Amino acid sequence: MNSFDIIGPIMVGPSSSHTAGAAKIGNISRKLLGTPVQNADIYFHGSFLATGKGHGTDRALIAGLLGFPVDDSRIADSFQYAEDAGMQYRMSGIDLGEVHPNSVKLILTGTDGRKMEIVAASVGGGAIRVTEIDGLPANFSGDYPTLVVSNVDQPGHVTEITSMLSHKSINIATMQLYRSSKGGNAVIVLECDQEVPETAIRWLAHLEGILKVTYLGLAETP
Amino acid sequence: MYQSFQEIIEIEKNTGKSFWEIVRENDCKEMEITPEEAFRRMQNMYEAMENADISYDPTLSSASGLVGKDGGKLASAREEGTLLCGSFLGLVMEKAIKMGESNACMKRIVAAPTAGSCGVLPAVFLSLEEEKHYPRDEMIKALYVCAGIGGIIAQRASVSGAAGGCQAEIGAASAMAAGGVAYLLGGDGETIAHAAAMAMKNLLGLACDPVAGLVEVPCVKRNVIGAVNALTSADLANAGIRSRIPPDEVFDAMRNVGRMLPEDLKETGKGGLAATPTGIAFRDNLKTF
Repeated sequence: MNSFDIIGPIMVGPSSSHTAGAAKIGNISRKLLGTPVQNADIYFHGSFLATGKGHGTDRALIAGLLGFPVDDSRIADSFQYAEDAGMQYRMSGIDLGEVHPNSVKLILTGTDGRKMEIVAASVGGGAIRVTEIDGLPANFSGDYPTLVVSNVDQPGHVTEITSMLSHKSINIATMQLYRSSKGGNAVIVLECDQEVPETAIRWLAHLEGILKVTYLGLAETP
Repeated sequence: MYQSFQEIIEIEKNTGKSFWEIVRENDCKEMEITPEEAFRRMQNMYEAMENADISYDPTLSSASGLVGKDGGKLASAREEGTLLCGSFLGLVMEKAIKMGESNACMKRIVAAPTAGSCGVLPAVFLSLEEEKHYPRDEMIKALYVCAGIGGIIAQRASVSGAAGGCQAEIGAASAMAAGGVAYLLGGDGETIAHAAAMAMKNLLGLACDPVAGLVEVPCVKRNVIGAVNALTSADLANAGIRSRIPPDEVFDAMRNVGRMLPEDLKETGKGGLAATPTGIAFRDNLKTF
Protein backbone atom coordinates (compact mmCIF):
# COMPACT_ATOMS: atom_id res chain seq x y z
CA MET A 1 0.00 0.00 0.00
CA ASN A 2 1.18 3.53 -0.76
CA SER A 3 -0.13 7.10 -0.44
CA PHE A 4 -2.03 6.88 -3.72
CA ASP A 5 -4.16 4.02 -2.44
CA ILE A 6 -5.41 6.55 0.12
CA ILE A 7 -5.48 9.75 -1.96
CA GLY A 8 -6.71 8.60 -5.34
CA PRO A 9 -7.69 7.28 -7.73
CA ILE A 10 -8.83 10.20 -9.85
CA MET A 11 -12.17 8.89 -11.08
CA VAL A 12 -15.61 9.83 -12.33
CA GLY A 13 -18.09 9.51 -9.46
CA PRO A 14 -20.17 8.65 -7.62
CA SER A 15 -18.94 5.24 -6.44
CA SER A 16 -15.66 3.36 -6.76
CA SER A 17 -17.46 0.01 -6.79
CA HIS A 18 -20.58 0.93 -8.81
CA THR A 19 -19.04 3.43 -11.24
CA ALA A 20 -15.23 3.06 -11.49
CA GLY A 21 -15.48 -0.75 -11.12
CA ALA A 22 -18.17 -0.93 -13.80
CA ALA A 23 -16.05 1.13 -16.21
CA LYS A 24 -13.14 -1.21 -15.53
CA ILE A 25 -15.30 -4.28 -16.22
CA GLY A 26 -16.29 -2.73 -19.56
CA ASN A 27 -12.69 -1.97 -20.39
CA ILE A 28 -11.38 -5.44 -19.53
CA SER A 29 -14.25 -7.06 -21.45
CA ARG A 30 -13.45 -5.03 -24.55
CA LYS A 31 -9.80 -6.08 -24.28
CA LEU A 32 -10.78 -9.73 -23.82
CA LEU A 33 -12.97 -9.55 -26.92
CA GLY A 34 -9.94 -8.14 -28.71
CA THR A 35 -11.91 -6.02 -31.15
CA PRO A 36 -14.31 -3.04 -30.90
CA VAL A 37 -17.76 -3.99 -29.60
CA GLN A 38 -20.58 -4.00 -32.16
CA ASN A 39 -23.32 -5.31 -29.92
CA ALA A 40 -23.63 -5.82 -26.15
CA ASP A 41 -26.35 -7.60 -24.19
CA ILE A 42 -25.91 -6.53 -20.57
CA TYR A 43 -27.54 -8.23 -17.57
CA PHE A 44 -27.23 -6.56 -14.16
CA HIS A 45 -27.43 -8.60 -10.96
CA GLY A 46 -27.98 -7.78 -7.27
CA SER A 47 -26.85 -4.36 -6.08
CA PHE A 48 -25.83 -3.44 -9.64
CA LEU A 49 -29.46 -3.99 -10.64
CA ALA A 50 -30.96 -2.27 -7.58
CA THR A 51 -28.80 0.88 -7.50
CA GLY A 52 -27.00 0.78 -10.86
CA LYS A 53 -29.11 3.44 -12.52
CA GLY A 54 -28.56 5.88 -9.66
CA HIS A 55 -24.82 5.17 -9.59
CA GLY A 56 -24.37 5.51 -13.35
CA THR A 57 -23.28 1.86 -13.51
CA ASP A 58 -24.96 1.60 -16.92
CA ARG A 59 -23.16 4.63 -18.36
CA ALA A 60 -19.83 3.58 -16.82
CA LEU A 61 -20.07 0.08 -18.28
CA ILE A 62 -20.86 1.40 -21.77
CA ALA A 63 -17.97 3.88 -21.43
CA GLY A 64 -15.67 0.98 -20.55
CA LEU A 65 -16.86 -1.00 -23.56
CA LEU A 66 -15.97 2.04 -25.69
CA GLY A 67 -12.47 1.95 -24.18
CA PHE A 68 -12.82 5.01 -21.89
CA PRO A 69 -10.71 4.83 -18.68
CA VAL A 70 -12.27 5.28 -15.19
CA ASP A 71 -11.34 8.99 -14.98
CA ASP A 72 -12.71 9.90 -18.41
CA SER A 73 -15.11 12.86 -18.24
CA ARG A 74 -17.03 11.40 -21.18
CA ILE A 75 -18.41 8.60 -18.95
CA ALA A 76 -21.54 10.61 -18.05
CA ASP A 77 -22.37 10.99 -21.76
CA SER A 78 -21.30 7.52 -22.88
CA PHE A 79 -24.71 6.62 -24.38
CA GLN A 80 -24.26 9.43 -26.89
CA TYR A 81 -20.71 8.27 -27.70
CA ALA A 82 -22.00 4.70 -28.18
CA GLU A 83 -24.60 5.97 -30.62
CA ASP A 84 -21.95 7.94 -32.51
CA ALA A 85 -19.74 4.84 -32.65
CA GLY A 86 -22.64 2.68 -33.87
CA MET A 87 -22.41 0.39 -30.84
CA GLN A 88 -25.70 -1.34 -30.03
CA TYR A 89 -26.65 -2.42 -26.50
CA ARG A 90 -29.56 -3.79 -24.49
CA MET A 91 -29.74 -3.75 -20.70
CA SER A 92 -31.86 -5.77 -18.31
CA GLY A 93 -31.88 -7.44 -14.90
CA ILE A 94 -30.94 -11.04 -14.10
CA ASP A 95 -30.54 -13.32 -11.09
CA LEU A 96 -27.13 -14.96 -11.45
CA GLY A 97 -27.54 -16.91 -8.20
CA GLU A 98 -24.85 -17.13 -5.53
CA VAL A 99 -22.43 -14.58 -6.97
CA HIS A 100 -21.00 -11.25 -5.72
CA PRO A 101 -23.80 -8.65 -5.31
CA ASN A 102 -22.11 -6.32 -7.81
CA SER A 103 -22.08 -8.71 -10.75
CA VAL A 104 -22.89 -8.30 -14.41
CA LYS A 105 -23.15 -10.68 -17.36
CA LEU A 106 -22.12 -9.46 -20.81
CA ILE A 107 -22.76 -11.09 -24.16
CA LEU A 108 -20.57 -9.27 -26.65
CA THR A 109 -20.27 -9.35 -30.41
CA GLY A 110 -17.27 -7.67 -32.02
CA THR A 111 -17.17 -5.63 -35.21
CA ASP A 112 -15.50 -8.65 -36.87
CA GLY A 113 -18.28 -10.99 -35.71
CA ARG A 114 -16.49 -12.73 -32.86
CA LYS A 115 -18.59 -13.46 -29.77
CA MET A 116 -17.84 -13.72 -26.08
CA GLU A 117 -19.78 -14.21 -22.86
CA ILE A 118 -18.32 -12.72 -19.68
CA VAL A 119 -19.47 -12.56 -16.05
CA ALA A 120 -17.56 -10.11 -13.84
CA ALA A 121 -17.90 -8.57 -10.39
CA SER A 122 -16.87 -5.22 -8.95
CA VAL A 123 -15.36 -6.25 -5.63
CA GLY A 124 -14.66 -2.88 -3.96
CA GLY A 125 -12.47 0.21 -4.30
CA GLY A 126 -12.65 -0.04 -8.10
CA ALA A 127 -11.10 -3.52 -8.21
CA ILE A 128 -12.84 -6.24 -10.25
CA ARG A 129 -12.81 -10.01 -10.83
CA VAL A 130 -13.74 -11.76 -14.05
CA THR A 131 -15.62 -14.81 -12.78
CA GLU A 132 -16.79 -16.56 -15.96
CA ILE A 133 -15.77 -16.65 -19.62
CA ASP A 134 -17.88 -18.41 -22.24
CA GLY A 135 -19.77 -20.36 -19.60
CA LEU A 136 -16.71 -21.71 -17.78
CA PRO A 137 -15.46 -20.34 -14.43
CA ALA A 138 -12.47 -18.03 -14.13
CA ASN A 139 -11.10 -15.79 -11.41
CA PHE A 140 -8.78 -12.98 -12.36
CA SER A 141 -8.41 -9.25 -11.71
CA GLY A 142 -7.41 -7.89 -15.10
CA ASP A 143 -4.38 -6.25 -13.46
CA TYR A 144 -1.95 -8.72 -15.08
CA PRO A 145 -1.44 -9.90 -18.66
CA THR A 146 -3.86 -12.85 -18.64
CA LEU A 147 -4.07 -15.86 -20.92
CA VAL A 148 -7.37 -17.78 -21.09
CA VAL A 149 -7.12 -21.06 -22.99
CA SER A 150 -10.23 -23.15 -23.73
CA ASN A 151 -9.29 -26.71 -24.54
CA VAL A 152 -10.45 -30.30 -24.60
CA ASP A 153 -9.88 -31.92 -21.20
CA GLN A 154 -7.01 -34.23 -22.15
CA PRO A 155 -3.40 -34.71 -20.96
CA GLY A 156 -0.61 -32.38 -22.10
CA HIS A 157 -2.15 -28.94 -22.58
CA VAL A 158 -0.82 -27.46 -19.33
CA THR A 159 2.68 -28.62 -20.27
CA GLU A 160 2.38 -27.13 -23.76
CA ILE A 161 1.37 -23.75 -22.39
CA THR A 162 3.77 -23.57 -19.46
CA SER A 163 6.78 -24.71 -21.50
CA MET A 164 5.95 -22.10 -24.15
CA LEU A 165 5.80 -19.41 -21.43
CA SER A 166 9.05 -20.66 -19.92
CA HIS A 167 10.68 -20.54 -23.37
CA LYS A 168 9.59 -16.88 -23.70
CA SER A 169 10.92 -16.10 -20.18
CA ILE A 170 7.41 -15.26 -18.96
CA ASN A 171 6.75 -15.80 -15.26
CA ILE A 172 3.36 -17.15 -14.17
CA ALA A 173 1.79 -15.23 -11.28
CA THR A 174 -1.32 -17.41 -10.80
CA MET A 175 -2.81 -20.39 -12.61
CA GLN A 176 -6.31 -21.92 -12.55
CA LEU A 177 -7.79 -25.02 -14.16
CA TYR A 178 -11.50 -25.71 -14.62
CA ARG A 179 -13.48 -28.26 -16.63
CA SER A 180 -17.14 -28.90 -17.39
CA SER A 181 -16.73 -32.69 -17.11
CA LYS A 182 -14.04 -35.35 -17.47
CA GLY A 183 -12.90 -35.30 -21.10
CA GLY A 184 -15.23 -32.34 -21.81
CA ASN A 185 -14.45 -28.65 -22.21
CA ALA A 186 -11.76 -27.20 -19.97
CA VAL A 187 -10.30 -23.77 -19.39
CA ILE A 188 -6.85 -22.76 -18.19
CA VAL A 189 -6.41 -19.21 -16.84
CA LEU A 190 -2.87 -17.86 -16.35
CA GLU A 191 -2.00 -14.46 -14.91
CA CYS A 192 1.52 -13.56 -16.04
CA ASP A 193 4.14 -11.04 -14.94
CA GLN A 194 5.12 -10.21 -18.53
CA GLU A 195 3.17 -9.64 -21.76
CA VAL A 196 2.67 -12.72 -23.95
CA PRO A 197 3.75 -12.05 -27.58
CA GLU A 198 1.16 -12.39 -30.34
CA THR A 199 3.15 -15.06 -32.18
CA ALA A 200 3.04 -17.28 -29.08
CA ILE A 201 -0.73 -16.82 -28.81
CA ARG A 202 -1.21 -17.77 -32.48
CA TRP A 203 1.01 -20.82 -32.02
CA LEU A 204 -1.09 -21.94 -29.06
CA ALA A 205 -4.35 -21.43 -30.93
CA HIS A 206 -3.31 -23.85 -33.67
CA LEU A 207 -2.43 -26.77 -31.39
CA GLU A 208 -4.70 -29.81 -31.54
CA GLY A 209 -7.25 -29.85 -28.74
CA ILE A 210 -7.05 -26.10 -28.15
CA LEU A 211 -10.47 -24.59 -28.85
CA LYS A 212 -9.93 -20.89 -28.26
CA VAL A 213 -7.22 -18.62 -26.90
CA THR A 214 -8.17 -15.29 -25.36
CA TYR A 215 -5.53 -12.85 -24.26
CA LEU A 216 -5.81 -9.80 -22.05
CA GLY A 217 -2.83 -7.53 -22.62
CA LEU A 218 -2.28 -4.41 -20.55
CA ALA A 219 -1.55 -2.26 -23.59
CA GLU A 220 -4.43 -0.27 -25.10
CA THR A 221 -6.32 -2.02 -27.88
CA PRO A 222 -7.60 0.04 -30.84
CA MET B 1 2.84 2.55 4.96
CA TYR B 2 3.20 3.03 8.71
CA GLN B 3 0.82 1.27 11.07
CA SER B 4 1.05 3.67 13.99
CA PHE B 5 1.59 7.32 14.84
CA GLN B 6 4.12 6.11 17.40
CA GLU B 7 6.42 4.78 14.65
CA ILE B 8 6.35 8.04 12.69
CA ILE B 9 6.83 10.20 15.79
CA GLU B 10 9.87 8.10 16.81
CA ILE B 11 11.45 8.45 13.35
CA GLU B 12 10.76 12.20 13.51
CA LYS B 13 12.52 12.42 16.89
CA ASN B 14 15.49 10.28 15.84
CA THR B 15 16.13 11.78 12.40
CA GLY B 16 14.68 15.30 12.56
CA LYS B 17 12.70 14.57 9.38
CA SER B 18 9.21 15.99 9.03
CA PHE B 19 6.06 13.81 9.14
CA TRP B 20 5.37 14.33 5.42
CA GLU B 21 8.94 13.43 4.43
CA ILE B 22 8.76 10.19 6.40
CA VAL B 23 5.55 9.23 4.60
CA ARG B 24 6.99 10.14 1.20
CA GLU B 25 10.20 8.19 1.84
CA ASN B 26 8.10 5.10 2.39
CA ASP B 27 6.31 5.66 -0.94
CA CYS B 28 9.63 6.01 -2.77
CA LYS B 29 10.78 2.68 -1.37
CA GLU B 30 7.54 0.88 -2.10
CA MET B 31 6.92 2.33 -5.58
CA GLU B 32 10.61 2.49 -6.55
CA ILE B 33 10.35 6.16 -7.57
CA THR B 34 12.44 9.25 -6.80
CA PRO B 35 11.36 11.79 -4.14
CA GLU B 36 10.77 14.31 -6.95
CA GLU B 37 8.51 11.89 -8.84
CA ALA B 38 6.59 11.09 -5.64
CA PHE B 39 6.08 14.81 -5.01
CA ARG B 40 4.95 15.35 -8.60
CA ARG B 41 2.37 12.57 -8.28
CA MET B 42 0.88 14.11 -5.16
CA GLN B 43 0.88 17.49 -6.89
CA ASN B 44 -1.13 15.83 -9.67
CA MET B 45 -3.74 14.75 -7.09
CA TYR B 46 -3.96 18.28 -5.71
CA GLU B 47 -4.37 19.74 -9.18
CA ALA B 48 -7.12 17.20 -9.95
CA MET B 49 -8.94 18.34 -6.77
CA GLU B 50 -8.54 21.95 -7.85
CA ASN B 51 -9.88 21.21 -11.34
CA ALA B 52 -12.84 19.33 -9.88
CA ASP B 53 -13.63 22.33 -7.66
CA ILE B 54 -13.41 24.80 -10.54
CA SER B 55 -15.58 22.69 -12.85
CA TYR B 56 -18.52 22.47 -10.42
CA ASP B 57 -21.75 22.95 -12.35
CA PRO B 58 -24.50 24.59 -10.21
CA THR B 59 -27.19 23.56 -12.70
CA LEU B 60 -26.66 19.77 -12.37
CA SER B 61 -28.70 17.30 -10.33
CA SER B 62 -27.85 13.63 -9.75
CA ALA B 63 -29.59 10.92 -11.81
CA SER B 64 -31.93 10.20 -8.87
CA GLY B 65 -32.67 13.92 -8.40
CA LEU B 66 -31.87 13.67 -4.68
CA VAL B 67 -28.85 16.01 -4.69
CA GLY B 68 -27.49 18.95 -6.70
CA LYS B 69 -27.63 22.74 -6.91
CA ASP B 70 -26.91 23.34 -3.20
CA GLY B 71 -23.34 24.53 -3.86
CA GLY B 72 -24.74 27.52 -5.71
CA LYS B 73 -27.08 28.39 -2.82
CA LEU B 74 -24.20 28.37 -0.37
CA ALA B 75 -22.07 30.48 -2.72
CA SER B 76 -24.83 33.11 -2.94
CA ALA B 77 -25.32 33.18 0.83
CA ARG B 78 -21.58 33.63 1.33
CA GLU B 79 -21.46 36.47 -1.17
CA GLU B 80 -24.40 38.15 0.54
CA GLY B 81 -22.59 37.80 3.87
CA THR B 82 -25.53 36.10 5.57
CA LEU B 83 -23.56 33.07 6.82
CA LEU B 84 -23.08 33.04 10.59
CA CYS B 85 -19.89 31.00 10.17
CA GLY B 86 -18.22 33.82 8.24
CA SER B 87 -16.38 33.96 4.96
CA PHE B 88 -13.60 31.41 5.55
CA LEU B 89 -15.73 28.62 7.07
CA GLY B 90 -18.40 29.51 4.53
CA LEU B 91 -15.94 28.84 1.74
CA VAL B 92 -14.98 25.51 3.31
CA MET B 93 -18.64 24.50 3.54
CA GLU B 94 -19.31 25.62 -0.02
CA LYS B 95 -16.40 23.65 -1.48
CA ALA B 96 -17.32 20.53 0.52
CA ILE B 97 -20.91 20.55 -0.79
CA LYS B 98 -19.80 21.31 -4.33
CA MET B 99 -17.36 18.39 -4.47
CA GLY B 100 -19.88 15.97 -2.97
CA GLU B 101 -22.46 17.08 -5.55
CA SER B 102 -19.97 16.85 -8.41
CA ASN B 103 -19.27 13.26 -7.40
CA ALA B 104 -22.98 12.41 -7.33
CA CYS B 105 -23.37 14.06 -10.76
CA MET B 106 -20.70 11.86 -12.38
CA LYS B 107 -17.99 14.48 -12.57
CA ARG B 108 -14.29 13.69 -12.18
CA ILE B 109 -13.12 13.73 -8.53
CA VAL B 110 -10.28 12.37 -6.39
CA ALA B 111 -11.24 9.60 -3.94
CA ALA B 112 -9.76 10.74 -0.61
CA PRO B 113 -9.96 8.22 0.88
CA THR B 114 -13.27 7.31 -0.84
CA ALA B 115 -15.51 8.85 -3.50
CA GLY B 116 -18.27 9.53 -0.95
CA SER B 117 -15.86 11.52 1.25
CA CYS B 118 -14.09 13.22 -1.67
CA GLY B 119 -15.11 16.74 -0.57
CA VAL B 120 -13.37 16.91 2.81
CA LEU B 121 -9.72 17.33 1.80
CA PRO B 122 -10.26 19.74 -1.12
CA ALA B 123 -12.68 21.86 0.95
CA VAL B 124 -10.10 22.29 3.68
CA PHE B 125 -6.92 22.71 1.66
CA LEU B 126 -8.17 24.65 -1.36
CA SER B 127 -9.89 27.10 1.01
CA LEU B 128 -6.76 27.48 3.16
CA GLU B 129 -4.67 28.17 0.07
CA GLU B 130 -7.19 30.65 -1.32
CA GLU B 131 -7.86 32.57 1.89
CA LYS B 132 -4.68 32.16 3.93
CA HIS B 133 -2.25 32.16 1.00
CA TYR B 134 -0.08 29.16 1.87
CA PRO B 135 2.48 28.33 -0.83
CA ARG B 136 1.43 25.50 -3.17
CA ASP B 137 4.31 23.25 -2.05
CA GLU B 138 3.03 23.38 1.53
CA MET B 139 -0.36 22.11 0.35
CA ILE B 140 1.28 19.10 -1.33
CA LYS B 141 3.23 18.35 1.86
CA ALA B 142 0.00 18.59 3.85
CA LEU B 143 -1.59 16.04 1.48
CA TYR B 144 1.32 13.72 2.26
CA VAL B 145 0.56 14.10 5.97
CA CYS B 146 -3.09 13.23 5.19
CA ALA B 147 -2.02 10.15 3.21
CA GLY B 148 0.19 8.94 6.06
CA ILE B 149 -2.72 9.24 8.48
CA GLY B 150 -5.05 7.48 6.04
CA GLY B 151 -2.52 4.65 5.78
CA ILE B 152 -2.51 4.21 9.56
CA ILE B 153 -6.32 4.21 9.64
CA ALA B 154 -6.55 1.71 6.74
CA GLN B 155 -4.26 -0.70 8.57
CA ARG B 156 -5.47 -0.25 12.15
CA ALA B 157 -9.16 0.09 11.21
CA SER B 158 -10.67 0.67 7.75
CA VAL B 159 -11.35 3.28 5.09
CA SER B 160 -14.45 1.58 3.69
CA GLY B 161 -18.04 2.32 4.68
CA ALA B 162 -19.04 -1.28 3.98
CA ALA B 163 -16.44 -2.50 6.48
CA GLY B 164 -16.46 0.24 9.12
CA GLY B 165 -19.43 2.56 8.60
CA CYS B 166 -19.25 6.26 7.74
CA GLN B 167 -16.65 6.85 10.46
CA ALA B 168 -14.34 5.01 8.02
CA GLU B 169 -15.18 7.40 5.16
CA ILE B 170 -16.11 10.93 6.39
CA GLY B 171 -14.48 10.14 9.75
CA ALA B 172 -11.24 8.98 8.13
CA ALA B 173 -11.19 11.94 5.71
CA SER B 174 -11.77 14.33 8.62
CA ALA B 175 -8.94 12.80 10.70
CA MET B 176 -6.62 12.94 7.70
CA ALA B 177 -7.47 16.57 6.99
CA ALA B 178 -7.14 17.53 10.67
CA GLY B 179 -3.58 16.20 10.70
CA GLY B 180 -2.77 17.98 7.44
CA VAL B 181 -4.04 21.29 8.81
CA ALA B 182 -2.12 20.79 12.09
CA TYR B 183 1.01 20.40 9.95
CA LEU B 184 0.25 23.64 8.03
CA LEU B 185 -0.20 25.47 11.34
CA GLY B 186 3.32 24.37 12.31
CA GLY B 187 2.48 21.32 14.38
CA ASP B 188 4.96 18.48 14.90
CA GLY B 189 4.19 14.75 14.61
CA GLU B 190 2.61 14.57 18.04
CA THR B 191 0.36 17.56 17.34
CA ILE B 192 -0.63 16.06 13.99
CA ALA B 193 -1.49 12.73 15.63
CA HIS B 194 -3.65 14.39 18.31
CA ALA B 195 -5.46 16.56 15.75
CA ALA B 196 -6.34 13.39 13.79
CA ALA B 197 -7.36 11.53 16.93
CA MET B 198 -9.61 14.34 18.19
CA ALA B 199 -11.28 14.59 14.78
CA MET B 200 -12.00 10.85 14.78
CA LYS B 201 -13.32 10.86 18.34
CA ASN B 202 -16.05 13.29 17.26
CA LEU B 203 -17.26 11.01 14.47
CA LEU B 204 -16.70 7.62 16.10
CA GLY B 205 -19.59 5.28 15.36
CA LEU B 206 -21.05 7.32 12.51
CA ALA B 207 -23.47 5.12 10.58
CA CYS B 208 -23.21 4.54 6.82
CA ASP B 209 -26.92 4.67 5.95
CA PRO B 210 -27.24 5.92 2.36
CA VAL B 211 -30.80 6.46 1.16
CA ALA B 212 -31.61 4.03 -1.67
CA GLY B 213 -27.99 2.81 -1.43
CA LEU B 214 -26.78 5.87 -3.36
CA VAL B 215 -23.75 8.04 -2.51
CA GLU B 216 -26.02 11.08 -2.08
CA VAL B 217 -28.10 11.34 1.12
CA PRO B 218 -26.59 11.92 3.68
CA CYS B 219 -23.11 11.60 2.09
CA VAL B 220 -22.90 14.95 0.27
CA LYS B 221 -23.70 17.10 3.30
CA ARG B 222 -21.56 15.01 5.63
CA ASN B 223 -18.54 16.28 3.73
CA VAL B 224 -19.26 19.65 5.39
CA ILE B 225 -19.05 18.29 8.93
CA GLY B 226 -15.93 16.31 8.01
CA ALA B 227 -14.20 19.47 6.79
CA VAL B 228 -15.30 21.79 9.61
CA ASN B 229 -14.50 19.15 12.24
CA ALA B 230 -10.99 18.84 10.76
CA LEU B 231 -10.36 22.57 11.19
CA THR B 232 -11.61 22.77 14.77
CA SER B 233 -9.66 19.63 15.75
CA ALA B 234 -6.46 21.08 14.26
CA ASP B 235 -7.02 24.31 16.19
CA LEU B 236 -7.49 22.36 19.42
CA ALA B 237 -4.29 20.39 18.87
CA ASN B 238 -2.24 23.45 17.96
CA ALA B 239 -3.50 25.23 21.06
CA GLY B 240 -1.79 22.44 22.99
CA ILE B 241 -4.90 20.40 23.77
CA ARG B 242 -4.29 16.65 23.74
CA SER B 243 -6.51 13.62 23.36
CA ARG B 244 -6.62 11.85 26.74
CA ILE B 245 -6.72 8.56 24.82
CA PRO B 246 -3.48 8.12 22.84
CA PRO B 247 -4.02 8.52 19.04
CA ASP B 248 -3.15 4.93 18.11
CA GLU B 249 -5.64 3.66 20.71
CA VAL B 250 -8.33 5.95 19.30
CA PHE B 251 -8.00 4.25 15.90
CA ASP B 252 -8.04 0.82 17.55
CA ALA B 253 -11.32 1.88 19.14
CA MET B 254 -12.53 2.93 15.70
CA ARG B 255 -11.81 -0.58 14.39
CA ASN B 256 -13.74 -2.15 17.26
CA VAL B 257 -16.68 0.19 16.84
CA GLY B 258 -16.72 -0.62 13.11
CA ARG B 259 -16.92 -4.32 13.89
CA MET B 260 -19.72 -3.78 16.40
CA LEU B 261 -21.85 -1.70 14.01
CA PRO B 262 -24.72 -3.80 12.63
CA GLU B 263 -24.62 -4.65 8.91
CA ASP B 264 -27.71 -2.49 8.37
CA LEU B 265 -25.54 0.57 9.16
CA LYS B 266 -22.63 -0.39 6.88
CA GLU B 267 -23.48 0.77 3.36
CA THR B 268 -26.27 -1.74 2.85
CA GLY B 269 -28.93 0.99 2.59
CA LYS B 270 -31.11 -0.94 5.08
CA GLY B 271 -30.86 1.04 8.32
CA GLY B 272 -30.77 4.58 9.66
CA LEU B 273 -31.90 7.30 7.26
CA ALA B 274 -32.34 4.72 4.48
CA ALA B 275 -34.98 2.94 6.61
CA THR B 276 -37.15 6.02 7.22
CA PRO B 277 -40.52 6.09 5.42
CA THR B 278 -39.21 8.85 3.14
CA GLY B 279 -35.94 6.99 2.52
CA ILE B 280 -37.86 3.84 1.59
CA ALA B 281 -40.16 5.82 -0.70
CA PHE B 282 -37.13 7.28 -2.52
CA ARG B 283 -35.73 3.78 -2.95
CA ASP B 284 -39.00 2.38 -4.28
CA ASN B 285 -39.27 5.18 -6.83
CA LEU B 286 -35.79 4.55 -8.19
CA LYS B 287 -35.62 3.45 -11.80
CA THR B 288 -33.95 0.13 -12.58
CA PHE B 289 -33.20 -1.61 -15.85
